Amino acid sequence: MKNKKKSSPKVAKRSIDAVLKKYRRDRDSLIPILQGTQRKNGYISKEAVNEISDYLDISENEIYGVATFYTQFRFQRPGDHIIKLCQGTACHVRGGKLIEDEVARYLGINTGETTPDYRFSLEGVACFGSCALSPVVVVDDKVYGRMTPQKVKEILEKIKKD
Amino acid sequence: MINNFEKIWKKAQLEWKAFNSLKRPRILIGSATCGRAAGALKVLAAFNKELRSRSIDADIYEVGCFGTCYAEPVVEIGLPDGRRVMYGNVDEKMAVELVKDFIGKGNAKPNLALAACGDISIDGIPALNDLTMIRQQTRIVLRNAGIIDPTNVYHYIAREGYSSFLKALQMAPEEIIEVVKRSGLRGRGGAGFPTGKKWEFARGTRSAIKYVICNADEGDPGAFMDRAVLESDPHLVLEGLAIAAYAVGAEHGIVYIRAEYPLAIERLQRAIGQMKELGLIGKNILGSAFNLDIVIKEGAGAFVCGEETALIASIEGRRGMPRPRPPFPANSGLHGKPTVINNVETLANVPGILNKGAEWFAKYGTENSRGTKTFALAGKIRHTGLIEVPMGITIEKIVYDIGGGIPNDKKFKAVQTGGPSGGCLPAELIGLKVDYEELTKAGSIMGSGGMIVMDEDSCMVDIARYFLEFTHGESCGKCAPCRVGSQHLFRMLTEIAEGKASSEYPDKLEKLSRTIASGSLCALGQTLPNPVLSILRYFRNEFEEHINKKKCPYCLKSMLGRKRHTDRVRS
Repeated sequence: MKNKKKSSPKVAKRSIDAVLKKYRRDRDSLIPILQGTQRKNGYISKEAVNEISDYLDISENEIYGVATFYTQFRFQRPGDHIIKLCQGTACHVRGGKLIEDEVARYLGINTGETTPDYRFSLEGVACFGSCALSPVVVVDDKVYGRMTPQKVKEILEKIKKD
Repeated sequence: MINNFEKIWKKAQLEWKAFNSLKRPRILIGSATCGRAAGALKVLAAFNKELRSRSIDADIYEVGCFGTCYAEPVVEIGLPDGRRVMYGNVDEKMAVELVKDFIGKGNAKPNLALAACGDISIDGIPALNDLTMIRQQTRIVLRNAGIIDPTNVYHYIAREGYSSFLKALQMAPEEIIEVVKRSGLRGRGGAGFPTGKKWEFARGTRSAIKYVICNADEGDPGAFMDRAVLESDPHLVLEGLAIAAYAVGAEHGIVYIRAEYPLAIERLQRAIGQMKELGLIGKNILGSAFNLDIVIKEGAGAFVCGEETALIASIEGRRGMPRPRPPFPANSGLHGKPTVINNVETLANVPGILNKGAEWFAKYGTENSRGTKTFALAGKIRHTGLIEVPMGITIEKIVYDIGGGIPNDKKFKAVQTGGPSGGCLPAELIGLKVDYEELTKAGSIMGSGGMIVMDEDSCMVDIARYFLEFTHGESCGKCAPCRVGSQHLFRMLTEIAEGKASSEYPDKLEKLSRTIASGSLCALGQTLPNPVLSILRYFRNEFEEHINKKKCPYCLKSMLGRKRHTDRVRS
């Protein structure tokens, strides 16, 4: 199944009016709005922050102050496929670092980066809560347990081919 | 009020009876997140395909997590002849075999089976309740997990669901608070504060608006108890939340759940919708004077937001930075209103306590740690999974009886409890009784329930460094001792791990740890030195080996492939 390029520059500059309309104009709505924006466009763009600022009557400075506190939010366009590596204790004890090194080597990027062709992004997440199935890797929101460096490579190779 | 519920209750009984009638073969597949991570959905598809190709009529349901995660995907097959057998590590090939041989020909395939459901062995397959992993458990919070369809509210109701809420609505709130106080229930999120007392404080603060919040932020790496309960039995938690709201006098309920749990969020959303349909939320619930609404708020990836005041800041759209207490949230919390924040497991215990009584609950556990506790067993242990045991059980029983011991015949080295706020307990403490006070005395904490087992190949310096890597990144930055101190702890531990430290490091680590603990505003900073202090206390020799001999036999194994970790540290 071909993945929609929902995070291309044109898309990200698309208005988040539809997201804003769902929420009341008060401070409590800020984080849900940021979450809705990222779900729609893949990341939080400058243009989106501008719109949120107008809608909630909060300065852009203040919005960035909140958004940058939380690790969930991205401020740059991510790749089409997002690989999240679990960095939890159980995954660490069962070889999580080996998987991280192998994936980083295979894609040629470090954790927190995106490949130049915008095909893949690599992110670290503190814990997915599937510790009994460690080590865990999440690819495009699909959770894979009992991973090894070899198994993750096979998953990525399959995506590359599609 | 009882009349309003009578019809619903009758329907629930019929649905539950039909679910268990086994007029046709019935397949239950554990497909909580851990089951899915092991491939449960592929197995589900394989069963569907094979049954269709053989034109066999059968019912397939997705259920929650039974707790035997080491054997995921776990499947239970029940036949009209009454036999119900559980299979573990099921893959697509086994699914085909089971349809052909067990469903098709009645051969239960004992060599593939995990257990026979219930107390009696079938065809030589051991009974489930005899399995060492199950036998020693006391499943109160997990009573429905893996047994009911978590998306069917009538299954929950048929098994005493919402009968407690109904009872509560006919009691005085102060009465309910007394029952919870007498039960001895303490907060299961880690702090262990007496739940009844917290409710009493909020009850006693006059305000037209009050809030009850379920803290489902479960940020401890290695902990997944709350996720499993929410995915397997969401109504149990919501019923607890509703009772808390009534007792405290709140009309607004919030479930604050971390965004990394999408399936749990989905199950909660569905469950809240079902409550609305049945009139269990809304105005004048079941004909009473009580109104309640429940909404879900998602976390955005900040460990510190598991702390009450940081959680409140997050809901208010601010940076998740704690504030000083007093005032405590029970007196002045969300938007300055009285707010009770309870952990998922705390709330999940409430319906049982109200139904069966404070004395029933208090008979489990120890004098100051009543009841049971769920634990997420992970790491170097055979039976990784979710368990629930009475407080006061020994580590030995958990690791060897329930956990099945260490795989590959390795030696048990340590068990880490309490997540990044906790400590490592060495093999000599294997007889320790697990309760709040005993764990604290030994240099760890109960925490939310994560229990990571380590074997002889684990390097304790690496573990200490790992925890500091986590917590120094999660520090909100407000307090200098935590913000700056944690960076220094992490730096020093990295230098020790890489053989670049000198002999005064262990003492420096200890001194700095105590400064951070006493100088921090919230529990993140106050407890972040715990892993360091406990590992120094029990494994000081490993630090000295790294420092004096510039190497460690364990690190050679655990540092394999980590050529770039120094780059990561520098950046």
